Amino acid sequence: MATEVLMPALSPTMEEGTLAKWLVKEGDSVASGDILAEIETDKATMEFEAVDEGVMGKILVEAGTEGVKVNTPIAIMVAEGEDVPDEAPKAETAPAPAALGSEEGKTAAPANAAPAPAAPKPDTTPDWPEGTEMRSQTVREALRDAMAEEMRRADEVFVMGEEVAEYQGAYKITQGLLDEFGARRVIDTPITEHGFAGIGVGAAFGGLRPIVEFMTFNFAMQAIDQIINSAAKTLYMSGGQMGCPIVFRGPNGAAARVAAQHSQCYASWYAHIPGLKVAMPYSAADAKGLLKTAIRDPNPVIFLENEILYGRSFEVPVLDDYTVPFGKAKTWREGTDLTIVSFGIGMTYALEAAERLAGDGIEAEGIDLRTIRPMDTDAILASVMKTNRLITVEEGFPQGSVGNYITSVVMEQAFDYLDAPVINLAGKDVPMPYAANLEKLALVTTDEVVEAAHKVTYR
Amino acid sequence: MAARKTTARSKASAEELLSYYRDMLLIRRFEEKAGQLYGMGLIGGFCHLYIGQEAVVVGLEATAKEGDKRITTYRDHGHMLACGMDPKGVMAELTGREGGYSKGKGGSMHMFSKEKHFYGGHGIVGANVPLGAGLAFSDMYKGNDNVTFTYFGDGAANQGQVYETYNMAMLWDLPVIFVIENNKYAMGTSVQRATKSPSLWERGAAYGIAGEEVDGMDVLAVKAAGEKAVAHCRAGKGPYILEVMTYRYRGHSMSDPAKYRTRDEVQKMRSERDAIEQVREALIKGKHASEDDLKEIDKEIKAIVNEAAEFSKESPEPALEELWTDIYA
Repeated sequence: MATEVLMPALSPTMEEGTLAKWLVKEGDSVASGDILAEIETDKATMEFEAVDEGVMGKILVEAGTEGVKVNTPIAIMVAEGEDVPDEAPKAETAPAPAALGSEEGKTAAPANAAPAPAAPKPDTTPDWPEGTEMRSQTVREALRDAMAEEMRRADEVFVMGEEVAEYQGAYKITQGLLDEFGARRVIDTPITEHGFAGIGVGAAFGGLRPIVEFMTFNFAMQAIDQIINSAAKTLYMSGGQMGCPIVFRGPNGAAARVAAQHSQCYASWYAHIPGLKVAMPYSAADAKGLLKTAIRDPNPVIFLENEILYGRSFEVPVLDDYTVPFGKAKTWREGTDLTIVSFGIGMTYALEAAERLAGDGIEAEGIDLRTIRPMDTDAILASVMKTNRLITVEEGFPQGSVGNYITSVVMEQAFDYLDAPVINLAGKDVPMPYAANLEKLALVTTDEVVEAAHKVTYR
Repeated sequence: MAARKTTARSKASAEELLSYYRDMLLIRRFEEKAGQLYGMGLIGGFCHLYIGQEAVVVGLEATAKEGDKRITTYRDHGHMLACGMDPKGVMAELTGREGGYSKGKGGSMHMFSKEKHFYGGHGIVGANVPLGAGLAFSDMYKGNDNVTFTYFGDGAANQGQVYETYNMAMLWDLPVIFVIENNKYAMGTSVQRATKSPSLWERGAAYGIAGEEVDGMDVLAVKAAGEKAVAHCRAGKGPYILEVMTYRYRGHSMSDPAKYRTRDEVQKMRSERDAIEQVREALIKGKHASEDDLKEIDKEIKAIVNEAAEFSKESPEPALEELWTDIYA
């Protein structure tokens, strides 16, 4: 049966090429894999092989022809002993590819594209019932309790990382876990972030629920390919077949006097990635409730803690089991004059500033995002529509910050409500210095929040 | 510590030989068809064909039992067919259609099947190696005797995370078989131009991991080595490395002009060492099958591949709403 040989596409971007040279002539027998011709693309000269065996019946495009479009018939192959038909047979041709993203394409729009006509109604239900007994607990203890409770609940939950077992945790977050759960479920790793992050992701694919501790998120840079390319993208790439229920947790951001390589906030880095969830608690109660939610979540969760907050005490509900949902901000302080949005240790400066501003007669609303992705933009918008002024506070670098994103959301959805330009407070645009005086200058401070509040309120 | 090149060949019945012939031929014909569809513009992007390396996965799959897992890099079509995934679903993923294993959202390098315990299809060279060890970890944690076949190439063998994984796999006795498919070229760089190590499997010795070199053009030799490796892992003795010496006949990807090796080198391998031809000869010489029997098999395989190609063209492109699904579970 006669078939047309078509000009092949030999690279992802090739649209046409030069038929440089025929290596067979009419009447030659051809076996599968024989080179028929040399074709020049914009990148290289490629050899073009025969797919089926047969006889070269007729050459339709002469050697040396330039600009031969992909899928143009270039020759006719016939079976042994067969004549070349007068009418060229139709080879299988590709259907015209559908134009990407044209016509009826735009059905599902990004969540923040449509203008919000009315003030959104954020979820303001209490995280635990009114009147729940509370007790004081450090963030460190709350995190440990969250892991222990979840490990008691489900055997597939385990924790791995450097010094998590026998040493009881470099920052003592896993204290006591080895004693209670044993070496099968509390696993010391060698210092090998890239490798154990990948092993954790593989274990999650295999049906377990790993908690991978990074001694600090600075070290997770060694593992970031596994976090993003393997953990975050596989559900999508598998068409929904294979998810990755894993928690990557550890201290993030500046500690004290540990300089550039150990002092960086990764909130905006991970918040950039579809497929990841990113939590960054401030209080002990949220640390516990959010970590339990993270461990139960079927998706990869980046859980950003803070070394300076570990030892700080907060009121924590005395309940056998409570969780804090993702995507629900917490309003620490209500106010009418401006909105301060922050998360993690940034809340320290936000709330200190709010207290000082109250002394000056300025009432600030203090919103703690708790999770950066998903982000409770409803809570931010509802507050801005009330106060008409917004400051964001974070420790990360200024360019491409979480605050920048919040500002764009507010610009798109509440522009008419703004009475002053939004101010994004962030760490300074420099690697963290070691010297005490310079380090202080590099970090965002309560004074800066107070100053910005005066600026946006014009008083 | 095993320190040798295995020369053992697995004994195989006529029935087994015929099934290896069929499985290898399916991969070859499928890949040839994929190359053709790529030339027609129906398959886009990168498309890495497995032609020439068929004996590696077919020989190793012959040693697997239900529950065993497999994971590989981006040259993954052969692995999927060998573990029983549907050629229609694989081809339709290559054409980016709704009927593909990933609904058209993964493409050639990113396909998965939970049902067949195939964990991808990974596009980042070397990244699948710790993932494979993690899968093995999950089986050890659950206390079963499953093993994970973790395939990677001679190129990936120079990635640092491979050695991080070797260290932990041995430290924790993980039931993982590291299969180095040494096809001699990492894209356009020959093994000799990438390392002075005389062999890749021997690097495992630094971590105490046993292993051996295997003739990857001989499906029975691969199977014999695989049986040994599987027994080692199932017995709880930890990981095992197989460096399987193989050869890819086609370019690294479709857009590879292959100027780093001579046409003669490829032809020599094809005419003297071809894995499918070897089994074909064994079948004929052993009078296990006649030329007509084999022609009949060729016809069957061609029909399967043509059916897959037709399906991959007819299956619609994914619905536009699919852009926004499967981001979160």
